Amino acid sequence: MSSQIFPRNANALVWVSIIGLVLLIGSIVAALIGLYLSPWYTDVGVAKEQPVPFSHKHHVDQLKIDCRYCHATVERAAHAGFPSTDTCMSCHSQIWTNSPLLQPVRDSYRTGESVVWRRIYDLPDFVYFNHSIHVAKGIGCASCHGRIDQQNLTAKAQPLYMGWCLGCHRAPEENVRPKDEVFNMAYDPQSLPLAARVALVKEYQISTDGRLTNCYICHR
Amino acid sequence: MPGTPKLNASRLARVAWLPLCLLLVACHVDMYDQPKYAPNQPSAFFEDGRAMRPPVENSVPIGSFQPDSALNTGKLNGELATELPMELTAALLERGQTRYNAYCAPCHGLGGDGNGVIAYRGGIQVPGLHNERLRTVAIGYYFDVITNGINRMYSYANRIPPEDRWAVAAYVRALQLSQYADANELTAEERQQLEGR
Repeated sequence: MSSQIFPRNANALVWVSIIGLVLLIGSIVAALIGLYLSPWYTDVGVAKEQPVPFSHKHHVDQLKIDCRYCHATVERAAHAGFPSTDTCMSCHSQIWTNSPLLQPVRDSYRTGESVVWRRIYDLPDFVYFNHSIHVAKGIGCASCHGRIDQQNLTAKAQPLYMGWCLGCHRAPEENVRPKDEVFNMAYDPQSLPLAARVALVKEYQISTDGRLTNCYICHR
Repeated sequence: MPGTPKLNASRLARVAWLPLCLLLVACHVDMYDQPKYAPNQPSAFFEDGRAMRPPVENSVPIGSFQPDSALNTGKLNGELATELPMELTAALLERGQTRYNAYCAPCHGLGGDGNGVIAYRGGIQVPGLHNERLRTVAIGYYFDVITNGINRMYSYANRIPPEDRWAVAAYVRALQLSQYADANELTAEERQQLEGR
């Protein structure tokens, strides 16, 4: 019969192409989500090249230097305070004074020109993160920066996606710790029973009425 | 037979733009990187290449700032202050302890013996805080040294605010007392603790 337009296998072809299309779109979406979460996009665990290969492991873990020695404004300003050349030189004018690795720091001290470091934690400009309030309310450095005291070269510990911020703003009791443990990198907030953490949230007056998840808490 | 591939191709073509939508999402970064300065950003505008501006010389904070007060200079009428310009409280000493441990201990050691980790690693002679001269000097001396530095020690003025410098000075006094207290002045309980060690 010549009036038959579709060949016998047309039905199968239609189904195969429909399923194929769905699978194709699905896999493209999955691939994009995978890329979005991968270190290739988020830079998590990827150390950037810096003018000086500074090691937090050496300074924090081995020498036991307090975070605040260099990040001096972390308790009183939004910005933790990137150490100036002067801060580096307050030790390195005395030790490792001939190390070629520190030549950029010595040059900066002599000429007054900045050492241009590459930023690791870079929030979008529409996010107004404040270090001081988090430190004041018992959120430890390690909650966001991970075990930075174990990093030889600095890399992000978190992708800093909004959902991750909100997770803690919804349930601060998961990450709160006693204030005197804030700078203790090895402290695990979960080592405290939930009831004690809930009590800390109350004691530190961390609001639990949903205010912390309002847009204006982070966006202005 | 010949119609089939053509039909499928046109069907595919009709929805082929859909995945492209996903690629278009989040292509704009002009809100991520707004034309404004954040701390420590480089700047092509200012000569020194820094977005952060140093305060104009001789500028002071707004409010009740008294540039000549003992609180801000460590000196009274040109002489090193001999007393704290604030009340001595347990909270002040605790504050001083955290500051001392963060900023001073790397060189001077947690106990003030001049045996901090930097002194040890660098093979540097760091003065201990327990010698006769330092135990008897006016307390304003510590404020002055933290503010202006001395010998090889840099100024810590940009890292330790004036109130905290006094807290450190008070804590240094406590450290000195801890090393030179008379055992006879201790209570019986404290004596027991001392001897038990």
